Amino acid sequence: MTSLLRRAAYRTFMFVAALALVVVIWEVYKAFGPVDGGKLFGARVLPRTSDYAMPHVADMFSRFNRPEVRGSDRTVFSAVLAGAWFSFRLSVVGFVIGGTLGIALAVLMARFRWVQRGVLPYLVVSQTVPLIALAPLVVSWGGKVEIGPFVWPRWLSAAVLGAFLAFFPIAVGTLRGLAAASASSVELMQSYAASWTKTLFKLRFPTAVPYMTPAFRLGASASVIGVVVAEISTGLKGGIGRLIIEYAREATGDPAKVYTAIFGAAALGLTMAGVVIAADVFVMRNRPKENIL
Amino acid sequence: MKKRSVRVAFASIAALSLLVAACGGSDDAADEVADETTEETTDESAETCTTPTPVKLQLQWFIQAQFAGYFAAQDQGFYTDQCLDVTIVEGGVDITPQTELATGNVDFAISWVSKALASREAGADIVNIAQVFQRSGTLQVSFKDKNITKPEDFKGKNIGNWGFGNEFEIFAALTKAGLDPASDVTLVQQQFDMVGLLTGDIDAAEAMTYNEYAMVLEAVNPATGELYTADDFNVISYEDAGVGMLQDAIWASGERLVSDAAYADTAARFVAASLQGWAYCRDNVEACRDIVLAKGSKLGASHQLWQMNEVNKLVWPAAGGVGFIDDAAWNRTASLSQETKNLEGGTVLTAAPDAEAYTNDIVTEALDILAGLGVDTNGSSYAPIEVTLNEGGN
Repeated sequence: MTSLLRRAAYRTFMFVAALALVVVIWEVYKAFGPVDGGKLFGARVLPRTSDYAMPHVADMFSRFNRPEVRGSDRTVFSAVLAGAWFSFRLSVVGFVIGGTLGIALAVLMARFRWVQRGVLPYLVVSQTVPLIALAPLVVSWGGKVEIGPFVWPRWLSAAVLGAFLAFFPIAVGTLRGLAAASASSVELMQSYAASWTKTLFKLRFPTAVPYMTPAFRLGASASVIGVVVAEISTGLKGGIGRLIIEYAREATGDPAKVYTAIFGAAALGLTMAGVVIAADVFVMRNRPKENIL
Repeated sequence: MKKRSVRVAFASIAALSLLVAACGGSDDAADEVADETTEETTDESAETCTTPTPVKLQLQWFIQAQFAGYFAAQDQGFYTDQCLDVTIVEGGVDITPQTELATGNVDFAISWVSKALASREAGADIVNIAQVFQRSGTLQVSFKDKNITKPEDFKGKNIGNWGFGNEFEIFAALTKAGLDPASDVTLVQQQFDMVGLLTGDIDAAEAMTYNEYAMVLEAVNPATGELYTADDFNVISYEDAGVGMLQDAIWASGERLVSDAAYADTAARFVAASLQGWAYCRDNVEACRDIVLAKGSKLGASHQLWQMNEVNKLVWPAAGGVGFIDDAAWNRTASLSQETKNLEGGTVLTAAPDAEAYTNDIVTEALDILAGLGVDTNGSSYAPIEVTLNEGGN
């Protein structure tokens, strides 16, 4: 237990130290770097150090305490927090949709080879479609969906785009995991006259868990990216993506402010990854170490 | 043991879905987003209006004073008085109002005329039913020391522009000045902010009178420690340069106007209430600023007041009645769109827009409704106010 604690303390220390190092590098470069940046053959290779390009870190953090617009009680901090929470919920929705879809596809592909042959290439192709091209389309389709009392809310479009990015690593990782059961184990199941479903749940899924956990981690961060990009692209109100553009518009007068929203987005991604890693650790707690990929 | 971990895996998935059901899927999230700001029905309308007609309006961008008239009409109950239940849908980076309208997601959309005509030529059946902004608000802003006072001076300079159809006036000015956009100037893609101008990457930056121009006047000049002033800049107005194109107009579905009498009637009432909102904002500049701020605009109060005042200048005075589409201005926009060469040598429009691309029938009907209500629709005595900008627009 003490060794666990010590390891946690060490990790926290390294995390803080790494952050501090970034801050130091930023400020040192800002202090000594060329004000107009460095150019090589006409192309800028070194960034500018002006306050527009690189505001002081202290300025960025001081913005958190300011009211969002003058005269309102709401600070930038609570606005960013609310935005991150909103986007987090959408990312979770996207992750769950993407995860369900990904696992279902993986099972189908593992069961029927022809499905795998037919579907897998399209899954790969699907990920080459740029999200910003897809976002307005999904919003447009969503605007038409009305099934009985269910009216497609606009936020669902963002969640679906998160799911679109999240399902791919999950489907591929799970598929690989399902195929990883050793031939002798499969033969053993066959000798018991176990059905395919039985084999799936008793053998294939347990074997797949170490493959699925890293896939879920990838899927979780992909879902966050999908949601934030979709928010930026479709102007969905309430999330961190929208805050990034709104604050970026103010960069002319207040270049440090947009960084508060960027920090919020980073914190959101870390939180999402943290939740999934915690779930991983829980699922994998009884596995021998070398099994963990 | 293996069995357990599977069960745990499924349990955690189930738990996650529960979490989602508990927070993500709840109705309050939907309400937050849909921005369904339905105003309460007033008593006098209740006698004639049993079920208000639902109407969706698509804006070009986020909530700001550029769209104050519609928010004022909603806030002041002008839409309710016309028996309308209006939902105002914000725009986004990749949301094209013309497309949203043409695909039937919304009933009306706000768009610039040249952009909408390009969409119409591409097959979108959309019709201009009210020209809210009578003049163009596009500027090209540069520092005094660059000596850019007319479009001819663009030669050899870095000219900022936003693209996405917001750059047509720049090309028109270049064409008129005898410059080739492809070789005589360097066109620079501009961000949402004016940092490019202030850092010197852009010699002359595109700016709207009501937005980006205010942004530079809200920024601190590092040389003096004070805010930049209008004296620091040269400003070219495309309206004054003779290449101004018509901007914010209300567009409706052409097919529904013809086939659906109820829609045409709704359109007239919608335009009337919207124009009443614009008249309200002309006479109550500060109240409209507050309405826009209350809707959740993130831009500061002095910036919004500036924007409201500048937008009013684009709408008022309206000689032919607010929203009326002036033939001369329309034809100028249409012919500039056909003559102006872009980087690839093509033009915005390949042929003149057909006669059905705009109609004054709806706005005439709307102006009649407003005359009955005693609303001043010309604003001939309109005078702008003086606005002082604070740092960061606060």
